Amino acid sequence: MSKPPQVDTAQIRARYPDVFNRPASSRLATPSMLVAALAIFAFGLVDLDFSPSRLISGLSQLGWISMMMIPPDPGSSLPLYLKAMGETLSIALLGTTLAALLALPVSLFAARNVVPGIVRFPIRRFLDSIRGVDTLIWALVWINVVGLGPFAGVLAIAVSDFGAFGKLFSEAIEGADQKQVEGIRASGGSALHEIRFGLMPQVLPVIAGQVLYFIESNTRSATIIGIVGAGGIGLQLAEQIRVLEWQKVSFLILMILIAVAAIDFISGKLRFAIIGRRAIA
Amino acid sequence: MTIAVAILPEQQLAALNAAYRKAVARKRLRLLAGLALFVAALIVASIGAEVNLRTLFTYFGHFISYFDRILTLDSGQRVWTNFGEWFWGWHKWLKLLGETLLISYVGTLIGAVLAFLLNFFAAENTSPAIWLRFTVRRLLEFARTVPGIVFALIFVIAFGLGPMAGVLAIAIHSTGALGKQFSEIVENADMKPVEGIRSTGASWVSCMRFAILPQVSAGYASYALLRFEINVREASVMGFVGAGGIGQELIVAIRKFYYSDVSAILVTIIVTVFLIDITTGWVRGRLFGREART
Repeated sequence: MSKPPQVDTAQIRARYPDVFNRPASSRLATPSMLVAALAIFAFGLVDLDFSPSRLISGLSQLGWISMMMIPPDPGSSLPLYLKAMGETLSIALLGTTLAALLALPVSLFAARNVVPGIVRFPIRRFLDSIRGVDTLIWALVWINVVGLGPFAGVLAIAVSDFGAFGKLFSEAIEGADQKQVEGIRASGGSALHEIRFGLMPQVLPVIAGQVLYFIESNTRSATIIGIVGAGGIGLQLAEQIRVLEWQKVSFLILMILIAVAAIDFISGKLRFAIIGRRAIA
Repeated sequence: MTIAVAILPEQQLAALNAAYRKAVARKRLRLLAGLALFVAALIVASIGAEVNLRTLFTYFGHFISYFDRILTLDSGQRVWTNFGEWFWGWHKWLKLLGETLLISYVGTLIGAVLAFLLNFFAAENTSPAIWLRFTVRRLLEFARTVPGIVFALIFVIAFGLGPMAGVLAIAIHSTGALGKQFSEIVENADMKPVEGIRSTGASWVSCMRFAILPQVSAGYASYALLRFEINVREASVMGFVGAGGIGQELIVAIRKFYYSDVSAILVTIIVTVFLIDITTGWVRGRLFGREART
């Protein structure tokens, strides 16, 4: 066996001084960032009232709760829960569709290759502000307008997704190939023709994929907007948690998990059918 | 110079046209069938969701006037004419906002650390045993599918009202989401360094530490920052169920019809979300270059 070659450390040190003697600023950057991150974390724990005793008593409480959750049991309210689940799915489907229909025209005005920057900027900020507000907050606003119930949920999802779709669609439009638009323009098409025959065929499959993906993620949001009173299974869930019916709670959570998994599966299949495997980013 | 466009003889053209129409007709039929199915689903859904267009039209005015009202001060003036009056509670709100940010920071950090500890077991190429991978994956799936606010509702009962429940709810949700994303980065990592280190007789832990970690840490940080951004939004509504932060104040303002407060708190939240988006975007750009942004 050959011996590994001996390394003359001193010589290497002499040859690469800036590797071995880095300035303090670059050596200390990472540790000081870590210390700062940890300091904020520690401050947070103190400021947010974390105490070991609270944690331990809470965990034991949590242990009790999970014990009481077994076995999941809907009691006699299974039909009610199924109805609520259907309501949730309806909210997700309608909300997403409405959002997509509203966002498509607006997204054209937020795309760099369709309109000049001066129009784009305010529209983008408008979409950003809609997105900056959580779906639950929109649900509360709509409850004030149309009253409690699933309809408020539909509108809440529609509005908050409108912000997200506007951004995503406009990005899809910006990613489209300009050559086809130029072709339409060269043959004498109007601006509307350019959009209809040059842009839309390119972006519609992408948009369809995104809409399907959102229906799936909205099933998740739709399950919770009931917590503030906007209909669906969240309403039942929040009620059962408040009255400490833990078996019903675990049954409802199980229902949500199964529904989300089913929607995942179906929309995944549909997505592949519409846009093919490769187009999914 | 003129170039004539070649026009095919009538007969040949008719045959080609017929073939084209036939090809398109099938596609069109499929599209129409799909559309009909979709519309049917929408109709069923609108019955299920008790959609009432008349309500919408009658009350749409309310939607507009709601914004009109939240942008009006008690004195009847527009809010922006008197900033002092509009943001009268800024002292309290900023404090709650700080709490919201702290909730999402602590929650994200706990979630990221847990996800970091778990993701090597969930990734296909590094997991030491199949049963372990299966268990960890199901665990992460559960953590991210159950909405954070549901965890918050339960934790409020277990740990009492206050930000602690919010932090733990966000931590669990982040563990699930980040665990999946982290393990996907690990699955994309190059396995040759691992082989190299394993050939020196190193343990599994050393393989992870010296072969995988240097490849993936940038991606980890990028995803964790992105998650922080999402969690700020999430934390802003944790107060709705009593789990701390600015949401508590917002829900009180909405329920009690303190109109101008609603808009003031909303503006505060939106501006904060903007600032966080911009800052984390900037940090990500600085740390990893633009291509690491996903």
